Amino acid sequence: MSSNAQLAAGPTRGRQPAGASPRRSKPTSSQARVGVAFSSGYTLFLLVFGVLPTLYAIYLAFTKANAFAGVDNFVKVFTDYRFLPAVGHVALYVAVWVASLIVLVVLLALIVHAIRVRWLSTTSRFIFYIPGALAGASSVMLWLFILDPSVSPVAFLLKALGNDSFVDTVQVNQLPFVLAIIAFWTGAGGWIVIMYGALNNISHDVMEAARIDGAGPLATAWYIQIPLLRKWISYMAILSLAAGTQLFVEPRVLSQASKGVVPPDYSLNQLAFLYAFKQNDFNGSAAISLVLLVVALGLSVFFVFRGGLFERD
Amino acid sequence: MSAIDTGARTGSSKPQQWFGRGIAGLVVVVFTLFFIVPIVWLLLAPTKNGRELLLGAPFSVGGLTQLGDNWHSLITYQDGIIWTWLGNSALYSLGALVLTLLISIPAGYAMALTEFPGRRLLLATTLIVMLIPSTALVLPIFLELSAVKLIGSPLSVILPFSFFPFGVYLTYIYFSTTVSRDLLDAARIDGATELRVFGQIAMPLATPVIALVGFFSFVGNWNNYFLPYVMVPGRKAPVQVGLAELLSNVPQFNPTNAASTTIDLPTLALATLVSVAPVLLIFLFSQRFLVSGMTAGGTKE
Repeated sequence: MSSNAQLAAGPTRGRQPAGASPRRSKPTSSQARVGVAFSSGYTLFLLVFGVLPTLYAIYLAFTKANAFAGVDNFVKVFTDYRFLPAVGHVALYVAVWVASLIVLVVLLALIVHAIRVRWLSTTSRFIFYIPGALAGASSVMLWLFILDPSVSPVAFLLKALGNDSFVDTVQVNQLPFVLAIIAFWTGAGGWIVIMYGALNNISHDVMEAARIDGAGPLATAWYIQIPLLRKWISYMAILSLAAGTQLFVEPRVLSQASKGVVPPDYSLNQLAFLYAFKQNDFNGSAAISLVLLVVALGLSVFFVFRGGLFERD
Repeated sequence: MSAIDTGARTGSSKPQQWFGRGIAGLVVVVFTLFFIVPIVWLLLAPTKNGRELLLGAPFSVGGLTQLGDNWHSLITYQDGIIWTWLGNSALYSLGALVLTLLISIPAGYAMALTEFPGRRLLLATTLIVMLIPSTALVLPIFLELSAVKLIGSPLSVILPFSFFPFGVYLTYIYFSTTVSRDLLDAARIDGATELRVFGQIAMPLATPVIALVGFFSFVGNWNNYFLPYVMVPGRKAPVQVGLAELLSNVPQFNPTNAASTTIDLPTLALATLVSVAPVLLIFLFSQRFLVSGMTAGGTKE
């Protein structure tokens, strides 16, 4: 845990640095008993709602009518005419979203961090953060209005971009951008606050040294601040990448609102949902879910063990 | 934009400096508008009627009477189903909140401050599962719970909501950085039992992390759409799912729908506002705590 836990904890850190502290006290049997007892509830939930559903999805994905089916289910969903378009949609959306998130969040955090007037900096962070209260269906619902030129407060912008009706705005080829804007509006503020916190943790001496060496704000940002933020940026990128592949609620609500201009099978999770609920094909649904789960698990494991952010104690 | 410090002491030339500040200021202003305009619009929309919303200026203010009318049509829609939805949301997210705290706080404490077999494995698993988006497990959990015929029961929402590895991890980080092992060891040498150590030393120090875990759990679960959407359809749905349901009765978006009761756009805007009101209030009234908490919780490794 060492370095980053200390970054996180800041001045409240109470434990000795790892090197200086004596080896932790020998576990006594009563301590072990309490440890097991206290973590047993969580372990149970981890098994029932983490491990078991995964195993069951694996079982379903490789069977058909309870008989082993090899990779038949996977072949079936991969050759489904809706599968590749869904992969394309999700990939494009994730690319647009993660790229804009990285560039804009870092940029805004740097600028807000450079604001010296305290209330201005606090207020702007608060304003960036507040849309986070509207997540899920509520934020899409709000954006339905914003994207509809007949009621939108930014109708002039929509019309300037050639969208005369809601159906125009949510055309499939514009959708990755529309979805990225909605996701950015809801989620970027939290990340800006986090990056701002990380920027505050950069030692004053380092910044001062850069200034004395004649580095301007741009050089300081590029050579000092951004490299020191790198772990945070990759953390944000991985989490957003994993979350982006799971796209479901936004296209679903948009599909409902757009009379099917946004197809009901736009994203992979929607397709898995259709398999389970419209086609009653739990095996096919499990196969798609498993693919998505493996992607998320792969990103997570990669980050935990290779990213070096989590040095476990 | 003199508020933006661009390192004036380094002696870069004046016009360049002002240009940089101008650009930076412009970026902040544009994004501030981007984040705030939809919210302001949402706060104003319910005060207008459908016609004013379509034809009037977007930021015009309607009237209180109109707000009352919209409120009335929202709470009478399908005999006040909005209250049922809000009640369901409260049941699911508060039930999960209590369970989450009962599960995560002791587990995080145990992982941080006690030594027991399997601790490292549990910690590593927690780290990995915590980074997996909860959506990835929704359909597998649905398949599992439908195998045991639990679909439609409130438990099918509350129990998965209560599995919150990030909460355990936050607690773990909090206890391992703010409570010193030496302090606990001293208490143990003085003859305190393990339960006393937890109850009388660790718990009094744990208020901030309880609040933080509670906040993330409540907000995440209140706003969750996908899981309750598949688990508890119809009258058992929480307000987020209900809100999307309302959409099918808005003639503007579904002209082909011949439902007898229709919903006007301002009423839909009001419903959106009502659906997030609890979370929005928490955000507004705990701003200072949250921003510091986000930074602490955000620096979560």
